[in-house]
Amino acid sequence: MKLIIAAIKPFKLEEVREALTTIGVRGMMVTEIKGFGSQSGHTEIYRGAEYAVNFVPKVRLEIVVTDSLADQVVETIRTTARTDKIGDGKIFVLDVEQAVRVRTGETNDDAL
Amino acid sequence: MKNLMKLSGLAALGALAGLPAAAQDAATAAAAPLAPYTFEQSVNNGDVAWMSISTILVLLMTVPGLALFYGGLVRTKNMLSVLTQVFAICAIVAIIWVTYGYSLAFTYGGSLDTFVGGFSKAFLAGVDVNSKVATFTNGVYLPEFTFIAFQMTFACITPALIVGAFAERIKFSALMVFIVLWVTLIYFPMAHMVWWWGGPDFLAQEQTAKLIAEAAGDTAAAEAAAANLAANGLLWNWGALDFAGGTVVHINAGVAGLVGCIVLGKRVGYGKESMAPHSLTMTMIGASLLFVGWFGFNAGSNLESNAITALAIVNTFVAACAGGVAWMFIEWAMKGKPSLLGLVSGVVAGLVAVTPAAGFAGPMGSVVLGLVAGAVCFLFVAYVKNALGLDDSLDVFGVHGIGGIIGAIATGILVNPALGGAGIPDYLSQPGTLQVAEYVASTAIMAQIKAVLFTLVFSGVGSFILYKLVDMTIGLRVKQDVEREGLDLAEHGERAYSS
Repeated sequence: MKLIIAAIKPFKLEEVREALTTIGVRGMMVTEIKGFGSQSGHTEIYRGAEYAVNFVPKVRLEIVVTDSLADQVVETIRTTARTDKIGDGKIFVLDVEQAVRVRTGETNDDAL
Repeated sequence: MKNLMKLSGLAALGALAGLPAAAQDAATAAAAPLAPYTFEQSVNNGDVAWMSISTILVLLMTVPGLALFYGGLVRTKNMLSVLTQVFAICAIVAIIWVTYGYSLAFTYGGSLDTFVGGFSKAFLAGVDVNSKVATFTNGVYLPEFTFIAFQMTFACITPALIVGAFAERIKFSALMVFIVLWVTLIYFPMAHMVWWWGGPDFLAQEQTAKLIAEAAGDTAAAEAAAANLAANGLLWNWGALDFAGGTVVHINAGVAGLVGCIVLGKRVGYGKESMAPHSLTMTMIGASLLFVGWFGFNAGSNLESNAITALAIVNTFVAACAGGVAWMFIEWAMKGKPSLLGLVSGVVAGLVAVTPAAGFAGPMGSVVLGLVAGAVCFLFVAYVKNALGLDDSLDVFGVHGIGGIIGAIATGILVNPALGGAGIPDYLSQPGTLQVAEYVASTAIMAQIKAVLFTLVFSGVGSFILYKLVDMTIGLRVKQDVEREGLDLAEHGERAYSS
């Protein structure tokens, strides 16, 4: 099993969710986050007071899938979330040791 | 007879003591004997209705208008502190107003009458449902309770304006003590000095008595009448025009705010941390409520429901819009984007500037006034304030002080009938009627400048002393830890938003 963590632009969330559902992803966790990468923030001006906002809003997806599906998920997120502009986000893939479904006690691939 | 008595512009409001010698001669030489001026006091239900509505509109400006306007501009952790400060000031000052404030502002003050009233109406002594006060028209009166309530809302909002200057760092207890002292020693005297006068019928009565006494050669009686004619507030006697409170409310509060932000010092993290407004949605709601309520403030200050009320409504509307438009476009040009905060700040700047001019200027003059106020206030707030290193948190001085000064001086220009203004009122040349005095630019503008300078010094120095007094006894500022945690939790034990 793989855990895929992706930080993407908030307005791309719905599109990515639809694309992932189509390829068979059955669940995901979504968090509103702030962060910075190469986009590194923007400037806000309030009555002449300028503030450099270093952290920009992003959405973080956490998806656990079987090893066989992982590459396809990464590719789908990459193509769907892409705008070709700076700040499109990052994707990370990690190994997962164990998964348990709380209701039934099923484990690993069966729990996904 | 009437022509003979027509005095020059000097007989305008304010130049009450000492008529020109030529006019005195003319009056003395007049053949027809003058009858003492008599009048009736009639109350018009339409006026009372309009003034009741205006009173409620001005309260709407304070709570929730000003509270939300300011509240949206502070950080989340200080939202409730600002709402509490504005609401508490409103509540406390209202009680002070009926206890002794009204009396200090609007009664005869004996030997100190030029500066402040007395205590003859403390606890509203002698005021009942039959008491009446003068308006600006001979014979037209308001129930005194109507006037007390209307002016009470002014006393409530003025000190509340100040809190924006030192928002996010003042100790609540210290603020309450400061406000009680400030309204007592600064606001009530200012209101008295600008707005205390005998009313049209009293002036007509004393002016007639004076002419009769002079015709009869009774110097003592003439002097007594002249003294009565001059028994007005200091700035009123200077001929300063302030329709709805440019000096009393806006310059007064603006300067008190400026001094306050200097005495308290900058916020912790000022210039380093982001102090961006936490909810411009709230600020927009607040600014809009201020805009709506301001019609009661400006047009209500006419005290009657008539054509001048309508003029004040038009002037208020267009000056506000002009202020918003000017700020928005200049910010767009100079900072790259038209912001909502800029737009609503400009609207408030336009409203402030038109306050003293509301019943004196014409609509086109008001548009120009609004444009100038929006532009200058923007330049002050966006550039000058930072250059001076002032942490006037919510720009009380930048908007109310600067806008108030522009409006006060411009009133002396825009009142000119040649510029579409209503002209300087003259109750003396033909006692019993309201005439328009001849406009002399230098006299009119100088009176305004004098009034502005006086207010700057009186409020600036007076407020400074009061801040220092409270600072030495209670301490004005919260501890640094409290400031970092936010005043809501530390001072009030509650949070604006819980998730």
